[in-house]
Amino acid sequence: MSRKASGLKAWIVQRITAIYLAIVIVYLAVHFLSSPPTDYAAWRAWVSQPLISLGLLVFVPVLLAHAWVGLRDALMDYARAFGVRMALLSLSAFVFLASGLWAVRAIILAGLEA
Amino acid sequence: MQAGQALYCDALHKGEERALTAERPVFLRLWQIHLPPTGLVSILHRVSGLLLVLSIPVAAALLGLSLAGPKGFATVAAIFEHWLGQAGLVLLAWSLVHHLFAGLRHLLLDIGAGVELGTARRSARVATLAAPLVVLLGWGLLQ
Repeated sequence: MSRKASGLKAWIVQRITAIYLAIVIVYLAVHFLSSPPTDYAAWRAWVSQPLISLGLLVFVPVLLAHAWVGLRDALMDYARAFGVRMALLSLSAFVFLASGLWAVRAIILAGLEA
Repeated sequence: MQAGQALYCDALHKGEERALTAERPVFLRLWQIHLPPTGLVSILHRVSGLLLVLSIPVAAALLGLSLAGPKGFATVAAIFEHWLGQAGLVLLAWSLVHHLFAGLRHLLLDIGAGVELGTARRSARVATLAAPLVVLLGWGLLQ
């Protein structure tokens, strides 16, 4: 991961993911400000719409890739000791993996038996 | 960046490569550091990014809970109505908006738009000031 996400490649990944994230975030912000979900049924029905589900499922790995590149860049500047940096990156990788899988699980389950 | 490159080239030309690898000065008296607007928007881009990273596991947990059933949805709604939840939301909203504006500014600079010093300083001020204003506006819309 770290070798693939370094240098020019990471720079490009950061910019392409940024564009997708910006579009989705602005859409979500406008949606939640104009019509916040009123109850569980409405919220689940909204998430389980095919385009919303797909958009959110794509959002998860794209967000994690963007966060990973940014976090790694910051840690390279502030966590100068190799051991500390590796410990923080490993912890982050597990938290990212767990968060991403948990979010994907929730999005897929919302679409089942809806 | 360009000034840094110029310094780097200067050092190389003078045969002072050693100075680049030597122990660098560290100045961490935060209250004495005066950042230009471009430096401020940049460090806040990092701070907001780190806050957003910290919110990832929380957001995943809340998403799962809100979709787990009517009870979970009610719990998440109650968290967002609590003052602590609201404070967290405001901080998250600022992080998101600042990161978005600073990021868009960054993308424009990447394609060579607004790289003149005066323009870059103005866009830095605009991005830094616009973020809290947009959060206030969103807050007003929700009331």
